[in-house]
Parts: sequence; structure tokens; C-alpha cells
Amino acid sequence: MYKHVLRPLWVALAVIAVVLVARQFMVPADFGVHGKTFTYGFYRLGNVEEWKAFPVKYQGQSRCAKCHTENSAEIAGSKHANIECENCHGPGVNHPKQVKKLPINGSRDLCLRCHQFLPYPGSLRSELPGIDGAKHMRRSECRKCHNPHHPDLEDM
Amino acid sequence: MTCSRRDFMKQSLGALAAATPACAVVLLTQEDARAAVGDSKVRWAFLVDTEKCVGCGLCVSACKTENETPYDAPVTRTWVERYVVTKDGETHIDSPLGGRDGFIDDKIRDQTIEPDDIAKAFFVPKLCNQCENPPCVQVCPVGATYQTNDGVVLVDRTWCIGCGYCIMACPYGVRFFHPVHKTAEKCNFCYHRITQGMEPACVQACPFEARKLGDLRDPEDPVTKVISNERVAVLKDEYGTKPHVFYLGLDEKVR
Repeated sequence: MYKHVLRPLWVALAVIAVVLVARQFMVPADFGVHGKTFTYGFYRLGNVEEWKAFPVKYQGQSRCAKCHTENSAEIAGSKHANIECENCHGPGVNHPKQVKKLPINGSRDLCLRCHQFLPYPGSLRSELPGIDGAKHMRRSECRKCHNPHHPDLEDM
Repeated sequence: MTCSRRDFMKQSLGALAAATPACAVVLLTQEDARAAVGDSKVRWAFLVDTEKCVGCGLCVSACKTENETPYDAPVTRTWVERYVVTKDGETHIDSPLGGRDGFIDDKIRDQTIEPDDIAKAFFVPKLCNQCENPPCVQVCPVGATYQTNDGVVLVDRTWCIGCGYCIMACPYGVRFFHPVHKTAEKCNFCYHRITQGMEPACVQACPFEARKLGDLRDPEDPVTKVISNERVAVLKDEYGTKPHVFYLGLDEKVR
């Protein structure tokens, strides 16, 4: 056979060989089929552990209650008992060691997420105690009058 | 040469026993056998009770902080949609910033709807469905996204080339391009939390218990009990993706 016909063949074979050798070094050893099938389970196994090691930010009410006993007892007996501390106080990660004081979100907009009245029949939203944020005490923060840890209108 | 049937059987069995090395026989425990076929003791599933959702959006802001999704970028792993169906049969849908700041205005897309015109209105939280047959995983050309043995679909950020095929493939529009990592991004039920016994950030943040996570392999799990005993629906069942986010009280207007 003619040389010029075979030459591209050698080049192609050399490229394939280089790719195969490079693959040996570049593809991690834990890359392969790990799940039920190739279609859904072809991946790098180490990535599962990487995701598990992702840092947790929100610690949960029970951790806050370990030190802040007074506040957590007060809110536990109120209608706001189901609201996580960190929804208003921010994530408790690294608190109290690195982050000494957590920022408090005392904005009106935070309260209005639930308490802006929306006339929605069949939705629980319309059954919550609601106000019209555009009319009710527009210029002041809700917490000036209402205690978010004990939001009882009669005890105000 | 003659060979009786009995001799033939004896000799064949002997030869077979001699040819089989001891290491070819392994007694698998039930767990080993499960692990060998990629089975897990856990199958995560999510339950959304749309009747309980008030659209406060605390789940969305908690998710963004927990999972380091840039807070002001118009992308989010979970979001809340508002549906307002008027008496003339029209449906108005919005989700400003994915519901990150809640719904504190009765205007929908700058349109005010008179309370008397509203037939029904509700909020629907959405997140990744962690499908049993995830189309997003099928299309990945590099094996950067995959289904773990407990049913969660993850993205390998170091392996993803950012081609965006999976973003196009997801019928639920759950995936997006992460503005910082420049890779595909999606909800993973807070895999780092659920694998150490915590709730996902959105579940923990929800004051109305509208969002719950459960394990379908545990028949005593309250979420599993609801999914198996009560009337639940999934989104876009007709696609055959077998979603594992189940909805209570899902309206036919929800797409």
C-alpha cells in the first residue's frame, strides 16, 4: 500500500495512544460507575464526600436554647414558637466564638412576609393576623410596639 | 469405553469442584449485596403541603445563605410561586426574586387584582425533584452530575464544564448556572445537612411545616406515611421522570 495512505493512520493511532495514556494520569482513580447504572451512576466517588463536607450555616433552635434560655423560653410559649431564631437573627455559624454578635433583622419587611394581609381565599395567608403595610404605622419598625418574642396583642 | 449415568454425574461434579477456586464463592451479607447493586438504606423524598404555605419566603432566603448562592443574583435553588386565579378563569403567576423577600404586595407583575375578583390564590414552593429518572443526568457529557445511592442528584463542581445541557434538560427549570463557580447548580436537599441527621435549611426555616423531608425506605417515617396513605401529586408526571417531591393540595393550574 502507498505510504501516504498509511501515514494518517499512524498519526491517528499515535493520537489515540496519547489520549489513552493521558487519560490514565488525568482521570481520578475513583471515577467510574458507582450507582445502579452507567446512565445515572457514572461519576467521581470522592465528590459525594466533598458535598457532605460542605459547611453548615443554620444551627437550629435547639442549639440557641442551650445558652439563650430566657429568650427561647419566652418565644416557646408564644404564637411565634415555630419561627426559627435564625430566621431573624441570621445563621449561627461560628457564633459565639468568631462571630461575637449576630445581626438582628428588625425590618418591617421581615414581619410583613407573613403579616401583610393578602385577600386570598383558601390560603392560610389570609387567616394570619394581617395589616396593610402601606397604611399601618408606615415609618416605624414593628418591634417598636410589638415584641417579636411574645407577639400577643392583648399583652402589649 | 462405557460410562454409567452415575459415574458421569460423579466425575462431572468432581471436575467442577476441582475447577472452582475457593475465592470464587463469597457469602454476601444483605448489606454487601445491596451495596454491590448500588442500593442504599435511605431514599430521600420531599413533601410540600401547599395548603400550609403562606408565601413568607423564609425558605428561599435560608437556602440562599446556607448554600452560598449569591444573595442578590436572580438565581436560587428553591423558590416560591404565587398563583392568583380570578373569577374569569385567568391565572396570574409571579415569583419576584424567587420569593426571596416574600410577597408583601398584592400587586402581581404591576397589576392590581381586586379582592372581589379572586376565586382562589395560593403559594407553591418548588425545588429539585430528585427524580428517579433524572433527564439532567442523562445528558451530562462528562459525568459531572449523578444520582447518589440515596436518590439525590448532585453536581461535581470540579468536573462540570458548564456546557448547560442539564439546565436545558430539566423539565422543572430547577437548574441554573452558578455565577461564582461557573458550573451547573441545583438543589440537593442540603446533602451536607441531611447526611448528618439535620433537616434541609428550607425545612428548618419554614414556620408552617409546609416543607418536610423523609426517607421512603423507612415505613415509620411520618413523611413516608403521608406519601403512601394520602392523596399526593407530583409535578409533570407525564414526563416519566418519577419526581420525589410530593405535593399535598396541588392545584391543576400549577405547572
